Amino acid sequence: MRVRMKVDGVVYEDEVEPRTLLTHHLRDGLGRVGTPIGCDTSNCGSCTLLVDGESVKSCSVLAVQADGTEITTIQGLAEGSTWHPVQKAFQEHHGLQCGYCTPGMILAAVDLLSHNPDPTEDEVRHGLEGNLCRCTGYQNIVKSVLSAASEMRGDGPLPGSFQDAPAESHETAGASS
Amino acid sequence: MIPAAFDYVAPTSLAEAVSALSEAGEDAKILAGGQSLIPVLRLRLAFPSTLVDLGRVDELRGVREDGDSLVIGAMTRHSEVMDDPLVRQYAGLLAEATATVADPAVRHRGTFGGALAHADPAGDLAAVALALDAELVAEGPGGRRTIAARDFFVNYLETALSPDEILAAVRVPKLEGFWGVRYEKFHRVAQAWAIVGVAAAVRMDGDTPGGSIAEARIGLTNMGATPVRASSVEGALVGAADRAAVQEASSSVAEGTSPPSDLGGQADYRQHLARVLTARAVTAAAGLGG
Repeated sequence: MRVRMKVDGVVYEDEVEPRTLLTHHLRDGLGRVGTPIGCDTSNCGSCTLLVDGESVKSCSVLAVQADGTEITTIQGLAEGSTWHPVQKAFQEHHGLQCGYCTPGMILAAVDLLSHNPDPTEDEVRHGLEGNLCRCTGYQNIVKSVLSAASEMRGDGPLPGSFQDAPAESHETAGASS
Repeated sequence: MIPAAFDYVAPTSLAEAVSALSEAGEDAKILAGGQSLIPVLRLRLAFPSTLVDLGRVDELRGVREDGDSLVIGAMTRHSEVMDDPLVRQYAGLLAEATATVADPAVRHRGTFGGALAHADPAGDLAAVALALDAELVAEGPGGRRTIAARDFFVNYLETALSPDEILAAVRVPKLEGFWGVRYEKFHRVAQAWAIVGVAAAVRMDGDTPGGSIAEARIGLTNMGATPVRASSVEGALVGAADRAAVQEASSSVAEGTSPPSDLGGQADYRQHLARVLTARAVTAAAGLGG
């Protein structure tokens, strides 16, 4: 079947088998390999991308279902050489370790912030519940998303994990109460 | 993993979809949001000859009022159902339970009708449909018919739909007056299926909070091969005015159920959970927590 979709700003028209999954079409058909495949069973969320602005797990969507849509992958999030605030926050707050879950985490976070620009920590955790980090780096992922939210609202980023952290105070150590 | 090959049709109207399904024969499957079907195809647990994709049938999407009911198009996505102002106003139990289904990305694709037609007893929405006395509207070559939710769920993954019928819409009677609602879902980790879930809708005497229970509706998730309506407990709850009375009435909720034993828990554990979660759900719905 013939499918046409705009991926990260570029229109592609291709012949696909109906059984081709969107993730395979992007990676194998179009050579856009920024979207990794993790669990293969729609649990882990590493293949998350945006279809018409909404997060989906691309291992559970057929390419033919995405005919006529506009798709954003991690490769299309930056504006030229300027990273998206969520990408920047993940770097500043060490929101990634091995990096495998990162494209999906970032796109799930972008989706969350598009619906809820000022989430609580709890809302961030619920918003990312479909994305697993096997390094278990959730603390910094949540910090990254909260910082990106603050920056995108115009309140500036939250202090980074390393460079901006205040020097640890030892004055109260061992103090009696 | 890649599904086995199939033919694919994407009709743009319900009438076209019904004829496409009939023409494709008995090995055809309907594709709604695909969040259960596509993983099944990938694992090669099913080999349909044709998929009839309802994703382009716009008339199957959306929520509207029709007298005393809401009519929810079968292809309305979970993310649309849970945020819909009519659903929030008149079917808060459905909004609350839908918000617990899987995760945001799955809710962007998965549909209300698809979840009901799949009829997984561990799915959250079938128990809600039962508790709300929903009616399911099916369209087939012989025309349209309406099936009560209590007659719809026949067996494990089996519904009253015939192979040539398509679930078109779900009619949900509005809850008017003072109804409190609560969906209590017990699961191991975020986004996991319910080990047990309890959907409760409770109307208070005098239509005010803080009195006694005038009417209760209870649906159970994952307590048998089909979702369960706990009618005997509904009767026992009438008149309950405090937490102790709710707990007493809830203690019989598992009688007659045959829940599964699997990695999520043994049957007796599920029966225990059903009692605890029913009391919690009803207490919260009735505002008797204090």
